Amino acid sequence: MRALPALTAITLTTGFGLAFFYAPMDADQGFMQKIFYVHVPLGIVALCGFILGGIMGIQHLRTGDRRYDLRSYVAIHLSLVLGVGVLVTGSIWAKASWGSWWVWDEPTLVSFLIVFLLYACYQPLRFSIEDPEKQARYASVFAVTAGAFVPLNFIAVRLAEAVIHPRVFATADGGLPPKMRLAFLVCFAGMALLYVTLWRYEMAAKQASWALRSLRRRLGGDDALAPRGRSAAPSLPVP
Amino acid sequence: MRHAVVAVLRKDLQLELRAPQAVPAMALFAVTTLVVFHFALQRNSVDGELAAGVLAVTLLFAAMLGIGRLFVAEREEGGLDGFLLAPVDRTALFVAKGLALGCYLVALELVLVPAFVVLLLGPGLNAAGLARLAALLLLVDAGIAVVGTLVSAIAVQTRARDLLVPLLGLPLLIPVVIGLARGAEPLFLQAGAEALPGRWLLMLALYDLIFGLLAYALFDFLVED
Repeated sequence: MRALPALTAITLTTGFGLAFFYAPMDADQGFMQKIFYVHVPLGIVALCGFILGGIMGIQHLRTGDRRYDLRSYVAIHLSLVLGVGVLVTGSIWAKASWGSWWVWDEPTLVSFLIVFLLYACYQPLRFSIEDPEKQARYASVFAVTAGAFVPLNFIAVRLAEAVIHPRVFATADGGLPPKMRLAFLVCFAGMALLYVTLWRYEMAAKQASWALRSLRRRLGGDDALAPRGRSAAPSLPVP
Repeated sequence: MRHAVVAVLRKDLQLELRAPQAVPAMALFAVTTLVVFHFALQRNSVDGELAAGVLAVTLLFAAMLGIGRLFVAEREEGGLDGFLLAPVDRTALFVAKGLALGCYLVALELVLVPAFVVLLLGPGLNAAGLARLAALLLLVDAGIAVVGTLVSAIAVQTRARDLLVPLLGLPLLIPVVIGLARGAEPLFLQAGAEALPGRWLLMLALYDLIFGLLAYALFDFLVED
């Protein structure tokens, strides 16, 4: 548990160091292009997190194991937090390179907004179902549907918007200079590690609160447990 | 399974025929929305992309009303419990409800499209254009019916039912809006209707197929009580 946060910090610091001091300045956009090393890794990790939430949802529906619901919840929750970062950095980048805070003809950004708006309903949906078992089931159905929606939506929006901007990422395999690519890959690895670290922390926190609850129950019986009340967070049945 | 589907569908349509509830509300709402568009856009007639957009938005928002009502009677009158007691496949309920919603949407469009052509559409629509629009709308209806049934089944079990239907439904239906707006645009051009662009039909068909399979697989988990 100790090594992972340290590795995350080192990789992210190295990645940003490479981005600022090693990777060359972009010929067109100059210094502003550096936000690419934050924005794109954030976006990819957030989308992968949404899809991961869907996969965990499938596992929950298949096995009925409530722990998969917790994993699905944590994955989507973290991706939503990162998603705010994606939209803010994307907006700043748009302002700097195209002169306005929002551009509709950038299909990736628009798709991300739609996906983000959809997932923003995840917590309200959980919150408005009281029965924990039913809440878990419905949330998983939502997670699977929305997870399948992510790639489909990207295809539809990409078709709809004429691509007029140079696409940095589409050319990342071939077009990106080697120095930039190295910096990007390290940043991406750092961001992925950050996601995993945060995931493990949130899982540990949730599991600790359940352990506490079940200990309280063992000590004081049912009376010792305060009624759980309505919550968007998933819950395991107290043993 | 076919008997169960037909039985539930017949029950729904009979209820709607005897005590019309969803369809008149949707149709009235749609026509009112056209009037709202007249004043909000300050246009006496629309054409091209604007016309396609007005049609798409009106259809989608009117559909939200029907989606919100789809499972309400089942939930309030205990129809779901009765269905679960019956020894039939649960998917039959999904298919029947999807078909019922599809029928409502077709009935809505029988009112909406003529009203739209008379009230707002500038260039008018000939028979060939109408046939193309009907083909496009059928694909759109299938998509709305599939996703709408799924969303409705999720939302009806929550306390925030009326809030969740548009919140979940609108983002999920964005690809349908794209397909309808882009596909209908060439039909409403001032210079005369052009052919339907094939790739939007293809995109809509793909969307219908994927969400149809997905909803088919997932619906069982929504009626497990």
